[in-house]
Amino acid sequence: MKEKDILEAIKKIVTPYTQRPQGLENFNEETDFIKDLEVNSANLVDVILDVEDEFNIEIDNESMEGMLTVGDAKNIIEQKLASA
Amino acid sequence: MKKRVVITGMGVVAPNGVGLANFEDAIRKGESGIRFEEELERLKFSCQIAGKPQLSEEKIAEYFTPLQIRGLNSSGIVYGVIAGTDAWQDAGLKIEENEQPDWDSGIVFGTGILGVDKFREAIHLIDAGKTRRLGSTSVMQTMASGISAYLGGILGCGNQVTTNSSACTTGTEALLMGFERIAAGKAKRMLVGSCSDHGPYVWGGFDAMRILPSKYNKNPTEASRPMSASAAGFVPGSGAGALVLEEYESAKERGAKIYAEVLGGAVNSGGQRGGGSMTAANSDAVIRCIKEAIHFSNISTEEIDVINGHLTATTKDGLEIENWKKALERSDFPYINSLKGMTGHCLGASGSIECVASVLQMDKNFIFGNVNCEDLNPEIANLVSEEKIPRKTLEKPVNILAKSSFGFGDVNSVVIFKKL
Repeated sequence: MKEKDILEAIKKIVTPYTQRPQGLENFNEETDFIKDLEVNSANLVDVILDVEDEFNIEIDNESMEGMLTVGDAKNIIEQKLASA
Repeated sequence: MKKRVVITGMGVVAPNGVGLANFEDAIRKGESGIRFEEELERLKFSCQIAGKPQLSEEKIAEYFTPLQIRGLNSSGIVYGVIAGTDAWQDAGLKIEENEQPDWDSGIVFGTGILGVDKFREAIHLIDAGKTRRLGSTSVMQTMASGISAYLGGILGCGNQVTTNSSACTTGTEALLMGFERIAAGKAKRMLVGSCSDHGPYVWGGFDAMRILPSKYNKNPTEASRPMSASAAGFVPGSGAGALVLEEYESAKERGAKIYAEVLGGAVNSGGQRGGGSMTAANSDAVIRCIKEAIHFSNISTEEIDVINGHLTATTKDGLEIENWKKALERSDFPYINSLKGMTGHCLGASGSIECVASVLQMDKNFIFGNVNCEDLNPEIANLVSEEKIPRKTLEKPVNILAKSSFGFGDVNSVVIFKKL
């Protein structure tokens, strides 16, 4: 899967949870889920579940803790896809 | 000094009408909200009919954000949020996105059980070893106080925000809890109400107790027959009712419409003694509760124009009237009606939906007719003259109305409303 496609998919997944829509305008690997998009921290769990469903992978608690930015998420998805 | 408390807003999600105008129209015409439920037939219920509010997805989307709707599977929260938000707006109050909450406004919004369908989802996932797949809203959709928590966040209330639970008295009790808080000067406004989930997992236990009618699956609108000789048990319902209670001075100051004043009321329990049990009321406690409500409201029994009873359509309806008769000690009897002929018994939501129906009658000068009561129970006919049990809606001013609710656990509550 191309990097660009993964980023697009993440953007689509995170959009309904985003409380700061301006954060989506400049969506890139540096985008921070909580600081830039103001995703409620409780909803991060739902983002993870949606990512799991989209890519058919499982993200353990440890990997989840390291998922602060879009780039972190992309790297974890790539890793899991490679090892699947 | 004790503050006076008035009602300045209402909202309702009932099986026979969503929104005040539709609901008023339905209760004036005696329209039933009881329908056949295929799901109950498939699940082999004896009673395959129920009262369920009719809501479209578009309507729900007006009250919840798209994010809130994702995975929302708690019908009680849907009903309660719609009724509560409507009541707030009906009172002319704004929903503001301020940094500070409204410290003077609180919520008492009760429920019997909440988020049953969401809980079922969770049980299936947990039993399959997939607890991590529950998502983030399993807790808030199933905690009893989920309904007051959702409303508290939507409305930004900063006073007490809580949920009460006392079976079928829940809604009436919530109203009295909010009343007391304002009367004591601890809040200016309290949104009070209650909600009840729908569905087989809520209603199944009652079906198992064989207290629901089983012979009306083909003619559902005739099934709920309060005060009739052929009353065969209560029809299960669901929904929500909500009222904004407000300190009289505050309501006057902002020029709000005042529906009625809450004069007072009483709650008590029969202690499951003296004929009372988990499911039956101790009559002494009921009589005491009525008398106390009248006493605290500072009125005489003669002043009561209308009683909106609990009257669920069981063989106990006669006893309820007898208790009123003993408590009032007057030669005649007020008009009396029961909403449940049209909505079924909306369980935790019944008290608040019926309070809304009560106050609507006062505001619009009518007494709604009792449906399915052509064959008045002779036991009741011996106690009350037939004309006091209207079968058709009467256009008549109502000055003082008494509303009672009784519930499992032998708990009672009575509230007295007065037109201003």
